Amino acid sequence: MNIDKKIADDLVANDVSFVTTVPCKQLAGVIAEIDQRDDIFHIPANKEDEGMGLCAGAWMGGKRPAIIMQNTAIGVTVNTLATLIQYYRMPLPMLISYRGELREPVACQVEMAVHTKAILAQMNIPTYHFHKRADVEEFDNILKYTFMCNKPVAILTDANFWGGYGDQ
Amino acid sequence: MIRSEILKEIAPILRDQLVVCNIGIPSQELHAIDDQPTNFYMLGTMGLASSIGLGLALAQPKPVIVIDGDGSILTNLGTLPTIANNVADNYILLIIDNGSYGSTGDQPTYAGRKTSLAKMAQAAGCDRVIECAAADTGRVLQEALDAKQMTIIVSKCKSGNAKMPVITMDPVVIRDRFMKAVSA
Ligand SMILES: Cc1ncc(C[n+]2csc(CCOP(=O)(O)OP(=O)(O)O)c2C)c(N)n1
Ligand SMILES: [Mg+2]
Repeated sequence: MNIDKKIADDLVANDVSFVTTVPCKQLAGVIAEIDQRDDIFHIPANKEDEGMGLCAGAWMGGKRPAIIMQNTAIGVTVNTLATLIQYYRMPLPMLISYRGELREPVACQVEMAVHTKAILAQMNIPTYHFHKRADVEEFDNILKYTFMCNKPVAILTDANFWGGYGDQ
Repeated sequence: MIRSEILKEIAPILRDQLVVCNIGIPSQELHAIDDQPTNFYMLGTMGLASSIGLGLALAQPKPVIVIDGDGSILTNLGTLPTIANNVADNYILLIIDNGSYGSTGDQPTYAGRKTSLAKMAQAAGCDRVIECAAADTGRVLQEALDAKQMTIIVSKCKSGNAKMPVITMDPVVIRDRFMKAVSA
């Protein structure tokens, strides 16, 4: 199974047609996949909070949005999650690369990894952690759940899920 | 002219359009001058008005006018290249450049000193950028609507705020009536 394709297929099947991204090496494949889909409008953002603003607008305009980002950015999005996405009650699936977990080669990435789940928990954001390839089977249900409850929902995807990192 | 005088003057143009309005006193002023279901008031999240408006303009065909501030553009400068590279001809970004953080007591911004937001928008790649005096805002805004071309307007005005009540409407009510107006 190609997980990049499966994720893009699930987005399309759930009518998600507006996707913003800030890259991570682990996300390169899924971003490339989304970029070449005709049924998804891909709009790269310069910062993750900016991307969430784009998503909020797209949703009010009738399109289902999603953001693809790295967990190191979770801190810069706290205010936007609290005062825009949650305050106005908007759905936002967040596909997040979970850097700094098992099989991580870059020590600095661990420094935000240790805060990632704590911040998400503090904000009462439903959070799923994909560690094995088969975990991607839940993605479709997570998308349905997100647009059912109109909340931001985090899907943390670690290096083991993506099949390792770089040369490892 | 100060921001509230510009808003009073352009209110008849704004009335029938989708408007995304900047956090703080700008939203309070617009709400007090002419509250409409087609107005989306930001109650927080400084900096994201231009991004919300762009997402909205890209997602549906009606014209979208964003009323932003110089301080908010400066805090989300990455928005200018994103706007420039994702052209939506139903998008108008009106930056009310009073050279200050008006809502928090008129502390000066760099836009009121050496920095030109119009030049920054041009350098970011925005094709239609118009800087105007406060008194010309209505004419320039109407021309932008008629042009049906993505436009960035930088309206240079004086610092100062009108005394208006805080918006007490629930955010979900603001958002729900706005979405109904969008899809009407
Ligand atoms: C993250 C964040 N920092 C600071 C503030 C405080 N704040 C609210 S409005 C504002 C000024 C915005 O200035 P500008 O965009 O130029 O609008 P103006 O009021 O001048 O029209 C500031 C600093 C805030 N709400 N959020
Ligand atoms: Mg200002």
